[in-house]
Amino acid sequence: MSVDFDRKIHGALANQKQQRAIQNATGKMKAGREAMVAPEILPDYQELRAQANALKKHTIDHLDHYLEEFERNVEAHGGKVIWAKDATEVADFVLSLARDRGAHLIVKSKSMTSEEVDLNERLEHDGLEAVETDLGEYIMQLAGERPFHIVGPALHKDRYDVADVFEKRLGVGRETVIEKQAAIARVRLREKFLAADIGISGANFLVADSGAVVIVENEGNARLTTTAPKIHIAIAGIEKVIPRAQDLAVFLKLLARSATGQALPVYTSFLSGPRRKTEIDGPEEFYVVVLDNGRTRLLPDRAKRQSLYCIRCGACLNTCPVYRRVGGHAFPWVYAGPIGAILTPQFLGTSHEPALPFASSLCGACADVCPVKIDIPRVLLELRSDVRKSEMREQRNRVEKLTFRAFAWIMTHPRVYAMAAPFGVAMMPARLRERFGLGDPPRRSFRDQWRGR
Amino acid sequence: MGNRVSLFVTCVVDQLFPQIGLAMATVLERLGYEIDFPEQQTCCGQPAFNNGYWAEARDMARHFLDTFESCERIVTPSGSCTAMVVNHFSELFRKEPEALARVEALRGRVWEFSAFLTEVAHVEDVGARLEEVVTFHDGCHALRELGIRGGPRRLLAHVRGLELRELEPAGECCGFGGTFSVKFDELSRSMGAAKADAIVRTGARAVVSLDPSCLMQIRGALARAGAPVRTMHLAEVLASV
Repeated sequence: MSVDFDRKIHGALANQKQQRAIQNATGKMKAGREAMVAPEILPDYQELRAQANALKKHTIDHLDHYLEEFERNVEAHGGKVIWAKDATEVADFVLSLARDRGAHLIVKSKSMTSEEVDLNERLEHDGLEAVETDLGEYIMQLAGERPFHIVGPALHKDRYDVADVFEKRLGVGRETVIEKQAAIARVRLREKFLAADIGISGANFLVADSGAVVIVENEGNARLTTTAPKIHIAIAGIEKVIPRAQDLAVFLKLLARSATGQALPVYTSFLSGPRRKTEIDGPEEFYVVVLDNGRTRLLPDRAKRQSLYCIRCGACLNTCPVYRRVGGHAFPWVYAGPIGAILTPQFLGTSHEPALPFASSLCGACADVCPVKIDIPRVLLELRSDVRKSEMREQRNRVEKLTFRAFAWIMTHPRVYAMAAPFGVAMMPARLRERFGLGDPPRRSFRDQWRGR
Repeated sequence: MGNRVSLFVTCVVDQLFPQIGLAMATVLERLGYEIDFPEQQTCCGQPAFNNGYWAEARDMARHFLDTFESCERIVTPSGSCTAMVVNHFSELFRKEPEALARVEALRGRVWEFSAFLTEVAHVEDVGARLEEVVTFHDGCHALRELGIRGGPRRLLAHVRGLELRELEPAGECCGFGGTFSVKFDELSRSMGAAKADAIVRTGARAVVSLDPSCLMQIRGALARAGAPVRTMHLAEVLASV
């Protein structure tokens, strides 16, 4: 385990206030989800999960086909698809477009994909102003922090924390009433929406058969981001494509229920192409940046490519006993919780934080709530095996390898086991005995006692 | 099919909690089963598998197959070890068709103890008596990998003198997770402490589970919390008269 990872876990476990905030916020979403998928409320929930899984599997198995279809349909509506291999290509595209159009101010609605490529930092580095407009993201941007949770980016901050951030960064008087804080943000952001040259959004779904970008949200900021500025750029991972608009009947039934316990989000927007002649609003230019950033690496792997089925609902974070203790910032990359533990090593390579796939008791609570049925514990096990393979190649962690080698040898030689195991038990360090509440070792093993019966 | 049952007691029960294995044998014998203990048995290989050492896990899995292949029915006092054999052996051998065929032939005959009682022996009342207020901890693998939930509760409901109080929250991990408990000691302890709290809140004087490893983690947590609650495997409860 890297020192950094260990230190962050330790720090988070010592932070009682943060743990209460996480338990509280994730607890509400968790309870909301449980109520909304209960058999008496949503009798076909398990059927919907199976359908969602089958649709994702089919799409990921035929990704090239559907992405090309999506591109054709976006272009038919007058939009343009940009294929980006990595962070640099995303930033290069946005920067050159901004330069070309003389743009200075960019408003952004929530996009984890843009977090992957540190887009804000890159834009600011080039003198552009990029403003997050989702309230939680706005708070995090002002606080200089990464999103803490896929769905609730600032859920670890209480209203007093937010008051501190607003006072310090916005120069307003200390305001601790949540509604008034929202009003402060609304006024600031409204100015930005009206002045912005470019709006950048994420995407929940890219619909191949209609070329539409589908965005779900609760605050209305994504609608303003995608319609007020003259240029709209949506950034989405390649895995966001789905074959048909009608497939949304399955995904939209699952997404908000799994995320926040809402039957539907407040706003579901279907965006296809720039404003038509007959339309009174909408952008003049419409771009969809389709990002790889390590995703195609997962495609050849039959056991692990299911990781790409994720629809970013965050249900696995809300139920995970590890996430609910250590929180989002202890994780080594933008994606936290169980889904982060399987995406990070695959997008960035297992060496980025080799201990990450091991930071789980494999309790399986995540797989139980996943609306698209990703078998997260199974993928973690595969990743653990991958970590060991690379350690073997690089001749690292050899003592542990030898220990397990010896363990396996003993366990495949029953006579040796029968003689050696009691010694092992007798020599168990006191620290371990205390750890597991073990008293004195049993005088005779089961097999000894069985023989004497 | 005869009435012979082979025990896979697991290495943890064999070496640390022999009384659980004996209790399981007692219950099965009372139901009229003839018990067999294949002496070649050791470990299912889960520690190696969960740590990413699949070659080592395969060696142990092959040893398990050699040991139990000829057995009609295998009963195990652990949901986790059962899940290893039933669900994960096939992942280990996905590139070895011969071994895979052996796994497929065996996995339907391997039973977690409570599931064997309710699904194979079709009993819910084993004639046990225990004057105790207990709570039940669902081991993650029994609950989520094997789908065992109602069976152990029905078995407990038939124990005379016993009162079952449900944990709240239910179905949460105790934080053991094998070597997770050592490698992420602090995190695992935090999960164990929450479990101990939940147990204490029920007012139960004993916590019952299907998994000796969970009980081990919970024992430590209860001791650190200074809670006078004992841990019992379901077999120990059902063997009480």
